[in-house]
Amino acid sequence: MEVGFDYTRSLGPTLSAFMTGLVGGRILGSRSGGQVHVPPLEYDPVTLQPTAELVEVSDVGTVVSWSWMAQPLPGQPLSTPFAWALIRLDGADTPLLHAIDAPLESMHTGMRVQAHWADSRVGSIRDIACFLRVDHELTAMFDDVSAHQLHDQSMTVTPIHLSYTHTASPEESRYLRALAEGRIIGQRCPMCRKVYVPPRGACPTDGVPTTDDVELPDVGTITTFCIVNVPFPGQRTKPPYVHAAVLLDGADIPFSHLVLGCPASDVRMGMRVRAVWKPREQWTTSPQNIDHFEPAGEPDADYETYAEHL
Amino acid sequence: MRDVAVVGFAESPHTFATPGTSNGVEMLVPIFAEVLGKTGLSKADVDFWCSGSSDYLAGRAFSFVSAVDAIGAYPPINESHVEMDAAWALYEAWLKILTGEVDTALVYGFGKASAGDPRRVLALQLDPYVVAPLWPDPDSLAGLQHRMGLEAGLWSEPLTPVPFADGASVVVLASGDRAGDLCDRPAWITRIEHRVDAQLRHWLDVPSARFEVGDVEIAEVHAPYRHQEILLARELGLGDGVAVNGLREGNPMFAAGLARIGTAATHIHDGRANRVLAHASSGPLLQQNLVCILEAR
Repeated sequence: MEVGFDYTRSLGPTLSAFMTGLVGGRILGSRSGGQVHVPPLEYDPVTLQPTAELVEVSDVGTVVSWSWMAQPLPGQPLSTPFAWALIRLDGADTPLLHAIDAPLESMHTGMRVQAHWADSRVGSIRDIACFLRVDHELTAMFDDVSAHQLHDQSMTVTPIHLSYTHTASPEESRYLRALAEGRIIGQRCPMCRKVYVPPRGACPTDGVPTTDDVELPDVGTITTFCIVNVPFPGQRTKPPYVHAAVLLDGADIPFSHLVLGCPASDVRMGMRVRAVWKPREQWTTSPQNIDHFEPAGEPDADYETYAEHL
Repeated sequence: MRDVAVVGFAESPHTFATPGTSNGVEMLVPIFAEVLGKTGLSKADVDFWCSGSSDYLAGRAFSFVSAVDAIGAYPPINESHVEMDAAWALYEAWLKILTGEVDTALVYGFGKASAGDPRRVLALQLDPYVVAPLWPDPDSLAGLQHRMGLEAGLWSEPLTPVPFADGASVVVLASGDRAGDLCDRPAWITRIEHRVDAQLRHWLDVPSARFEVGDVEIAEVHAPYRHQEILLARELGLGDGVAVNGLREGNPMFAAGLARIGTAATHIHDGRANRVLAHASSGPLLQQNLVCILEAR
């Protein structure tokens, strides 16, 4: 299961200046309490005063500590083995965390390194691609600053992508396997006798696992619904469409699904609906085997029949 | 001020990868039964429920709401949650009892680190502007700290991480007038505080763990790396006579700190000690710390 989102954050005056500096190949620190901090602090941690002064520091510095990353993880600055390091840049008093692209045998505390700038800079700590060893005399940085857009950076975008292995519980597994055969299975709580679909690891009333399988029909009643009018990333159906809570006949809890096959304005509480399954060859262990629900063409259910399940 | 005591504790086994779901239900159901059995409480006797867990670790939204299923929360319960180790949920429950609103509280934490890659997930706890976008993993950060201490002569052992585990823990708190009914030898909370460090600190100092704890017989500390037990002993001023116990079998994220408090309380319950320290932390460099002193009466 992949989960991803591009976090867009506003920067405020101090970090905005820092990020704008990075686009231009310059590193800024904050001066407070007689020290220069890189990256700059927005507030001095002792006096609690906002940062008043930013000063430029060198892009060359000294390694304060380092650790070796033999097998880099996705998203890290380098995909080949590298060193994480705390680097005190010349002109700064506190160290910056970044990556050094250098062989393991060359790594040592006190080594001199220089920022290696990314070709494309956008106002991010990643505008420094990594640091490199300073072997001989310092290489002057011939960087065409005018090539970069130097407007003030007010936002920074951080793409976050994570992957997870979702484990279905034993109860969910029975439900999903039945769906692959075109059946809907609920389970009954051994204590309160209510039928849950999907079945639960614990009955929310009694805190015990649901046990006995109950086969349910693919016909039910809309207990409540909403009309989705707002487009959003990843949307599969064109708005407006209806998302409804459908109480399958014989179940004690509704489950939510799409309702199509009639104008959204016709959908109402008590409406009887029937599942529309995808073609059998597309079935997997997923509730998406049901493409949507559509009006069943039956008279509406009496309010009393579902009042308890709202 | 009201007195509050720890009167019950249970924890699940620490496993590398539980086959259960990331909402913790399968780990929680048995330990709820165990701790309610030990204290003789029923579900209805618990006035307040408070949990600690992380949706980032679980990879699902509102995983703590699904976890409430394990309680059997009908009729509706008085419930809260912190997106932190459950030691901080215990702090909330302690406050709730102090206010006089409730007399008993059940605190639980759960984490299924094996659902995702905690080495990447935990990068998102860090500064979101200038650190998290680099995706530094906890072992690498602790490695930077470890080398500094090595070169400063603070320790000589290699970096030793406590492996991530899946697990859950639960603690029951009770007010002064209830504790004696639930436990023969309650562990009274005589002090509990938590602090967070400023963004800027020297990596070998842990200012937020600098508490004057006085004489204790046993200290249960929550350090994700073994060398950090040395830093903690220094900041907490623990003398040579104090038995310092850390994480050993594994680090069940979001449950481990609460389990330190529960384990410390068990030393009082079982008569092994009269004054003990429990410590919980958050972050690979001990960026946040909580201390709790437990005493027999």
